[in-house]
Amino acid sequence: MRPYRGLAIIFGFYALGEFTTYVLNLTIPGSVLGMLFLLGALLTGAIKLEWVEGEAELFVRNMSVMFIPPGVGIVTYLGLIKSQVVPISVALILSFLVTLVVTAKTVELLRREEK
Amino acid sequence: MNPLGITLTLVVFYLFSELHARKRAFYTNPVLLSIITIAVILKWFGIPYGSYMDSAVILKFLLGPAVVSLAVPVYKGRETIKAYAREIALGVAVGGTVAILSAFYIAQLLGGSEEVLLSIAPKSVTTAIAIGISEKIGGIPALTAVLVILTGIMGNAVGPELLSATGVRDRIARGLAMGVGSHGLGTARIILDDELAGAVSGLAMALNGVFTSLLLPHLIEVLK
Repeated sequence: MRPYRGLAIIFGFYALGEFTTYVLNLTIPGSVLGMLFLLGALLTGAIKLEWVEGEAELFVRNMSVMFIPPGVGIVTYLGLIKSQVVPISVALILSFLVTLVVTAKTVELLRREEK
Repeated sequence: MNPLGITLTLVVFYLFSELHARKRAFYTNPVLLSIITIAVILKWFGIPYGSYMDSAVILKFLLGPAVVSLAVPVYKGRETIKAYAREIALGVAVGGTVAILSAFYIAQLLGGSEEVLLSIAPKSVTTAIAIGISEKIGGIPALTAVLVILTGIMGNAVGPELLSATGVRDRIARGLAMGVGSHGLGTARIILDDELAGAVSGLAMALNGVFTSLLLPHLIEVLK
């Protein structure tokens, strides 16, 4: 049963990541650590791409719907957001503009030096 | 476990996805529209968030394996990473740090509370990772989720135009800025104009997720 191999690998690395963050008391989320472990296993050839490719792409393609339940949790914080609407919205917009432009200009500068 | 939460989520998301497929615009973002619609439905019918989440929690749980799955697109992009290693490393390090510090300090300057500062700090990272970071550092994951999506929508709506207006023409620079600044939604937009910039953007998004989750928890200890 082919999909179960892929799912077992993905959930296995997730469990490994969560277990490692818990045991070593790390601040990195277990899922991110699991991704790094899986990337390492792919790079070293311990895990073959075709074993996980289809299942992983299914997860990545359908990620959007998974954000809805945590997002709906916002109903619990409507009072907080109303009272802090200025710092939240101004920080959100300005930080986006600064990040976009500073990142682009930094990389552009580096590229010009190379030429 | 009641099936209401998951059914409501799937029905609403399906309808907005259909709308988005027909009218491809940033303001038809199906995730944000679904969150707002479900929040309004819960309020109208007086359904507590807890009983909605009773079954919808399954979808949230799947974010874990979904983040692990991001290893596959990163692995497939390893040749691009090698070719532009210096640009990607510097762009992610500088952009990722600027994203955290600017959000944190601007919100602080305007009187944001600590939980708001912690929730807004990871706003430039892809949603699944940002929710994980927010949980870890004591932010409000629900607030982070919404702020991340709004950041993505800004990138999707005006990112390439802003880059053009500030004279950024280099394709690698444009891709990196979109990925670091506005994650998946920004990537989805730039890939329509330019495939190379889109590939770089997707990688920058994934690497910025890893970079931020390594840096932010330690940085927050200093900032607080």
